[in-house]
Amino acid sequence: MLNIALPKGRLGEKVYTMFEKAGFPCPALMENSRKLIFDNEEAGVRYFWVKPSDVAIYVERGAADIGVAGKDILLEYQPEVYELLDLDVGKCRMAVAAPEGFQDNLSRTLRVATKFSRIARDYYTTLGRDIDIIHLNGSIEIAPILGLSDVIVDIVETGTTLRENHLEVIETIVPISARLIANKSGFKFKTEQVERLLEEMRKEVEKA
Amino acid sequence: MQINDRVMDPQERIGFRLRSLYSDAGYCRYRMSKFEEYDLYSRNKDFLFSEGVITFTDTNGRLMALKPDVTLSIIKNGRDIPGALRRVYYHENVYRVASAEDGFREQTQVGVECMGDVDSSCVAEVLKLAAKSLELCSADYVLEISHLGILGTLTDAVASGERMREALLQCAGEKNLHGISRICQENGLAKGAEEPLKQLLNLYGPPRTVMPKIRKLAEENGAAEYADELGQAAAAFAGSDMENRIRIDFSASGDTKYYNGIVFKGFISGIPGSVLSGGQYDRLMRRMGRKDRAVGFAVFLNMLERLTEGGQADA
Repeated sequence: MLNIALPKGRLGEKVYTMFEKAGFPCPALMENSRKLIFDNEEAGVRYFWVKPSDVAIYVERGAADIGVAGKDILLEYQPEVYELLDLDVGKCRMAVAAPEGFQDNLSRTLRVATKFSRIARDYYTTLGRDIDIIHLNGSIEIAPILGLSDVIVDIVETGTTLRENHLEVIETIVPISARLIANKSGFKFKTEQVERLLEEMRKEVEKA
Repeated sequence: MQINDRVMDPQERIGFRLRSLYSDAGYCRYRMSKFEEYDLYSRNKDFLFSEGVITFTDTNGRLMALKPDVTLSIIKNGRDIPGALRRVYYHENVYRVASAEDGFREQTQVGVECMGDVDSSCVAEVLKLAAKSLELCSADYVLEISHLGILGTLTDAVASGERMREALLQCAGEKNLHGISRICQENGLAKGAEEPLKQLLNLYGPPRTVMPKIRKLAEENGAAEYADELGQAAAAFAGSDMENRIRIDFSASGDTKYYNGIVFKGFISGIPGSVLSGGQYDRLMRRMGRKDRAVGFAVFLNMLERLTEGGQADA
């Protein structure tokens, strides 16, 4: 039996549809119920919904053999997991955004508001730019408007929220999408099951 | 008085059994009864399992470190003896950062180091000892073996700089084949240039199944000599009970500033991470001014806390 951690929300539902089409269905998963864990013994899978940012923890710690996590989470937390497949869904980008017309003043430390401190720090280290990270847990866009930060590092999907707040993307750091991840130890002991699932999921990605 | 080993927790029980195993194999105990200067670790910080070292000022004013590692101390305190082989084992507490949230933790580690005139038979001996160590913990284990020479050759064939090389090796450790393609594409490589590297990473499994394909791929890419070394290492298990527990897997890697040649990791069913890690570290020896070659491994006893007497992981 493969334990699979899915991210709650629209992305998780989309990804589950891929698993279903790939031959690993579990219809009870999409029903409204208070159940937390959903089995399909015949298909050899057990699904559970978890908070998107927790998927990698469940997989790294072996509570799940397989999971689906955004590349942003993998880059930020760098869990010890295998990243087996780019599912090519949930596509967006990690970007630096700033108030329209922003000019970086290199004589000052750049104040960066973000939920993704490691990604921001790694990015600016490669540029050799001195920064002050302001770690926020949400509503990042408001930080430069109120003068809390000069720029933000955040996920940008369509850019609508940025535009409505007179912000603009000034640099793309990395493209983001959902990835199929696996526990390293679980992979050793359930190799054939993981490989079979991986192969079928790969076909689904190619079809899409 | 006989000691009832039921009073011991799994870590202690396994720790003492491993010590017996290594002692019976002719390894002498290395005791790390004093502390090393912080400088020893700061010069080789990437070799350490975690960032961060607990420091303190000794009575003579020197800045010391509270044992983040044992291997560096063994290398520093040994000396080269041409033609000889020094076999030691240790059973020590080390102090490392478990995670950013958890801070420093005391962890117990048992390990084996073999230094001197290390040849393929010595590497095979250490590999067998690693497999026996895992077997002592649980019957359901896997020892995966890789060769940094083969992985390095195929990576260097596409990497155009140290940063790209590091990124590719990180992807290799994650079995992240799409990541390898993306990096090569971003660096303007011709389509398909990365295929040999991706093929290598896809060649994982029992040696009998994958070695012929690895040899062929290595020959085609100028790494035949390394494939021979890997083949010799895997052949050490041929016909033994341990053979079906051995896997070749090039995602098992180590920092190439320190490690070279054979590297390996051990896993036990139900335990989420590797419980054993080791390899040849001739490069670390050179960095520390030693001419000897070396191979060794460590067993992380803290990972075995939830292992029952029967070798099952207890949730």
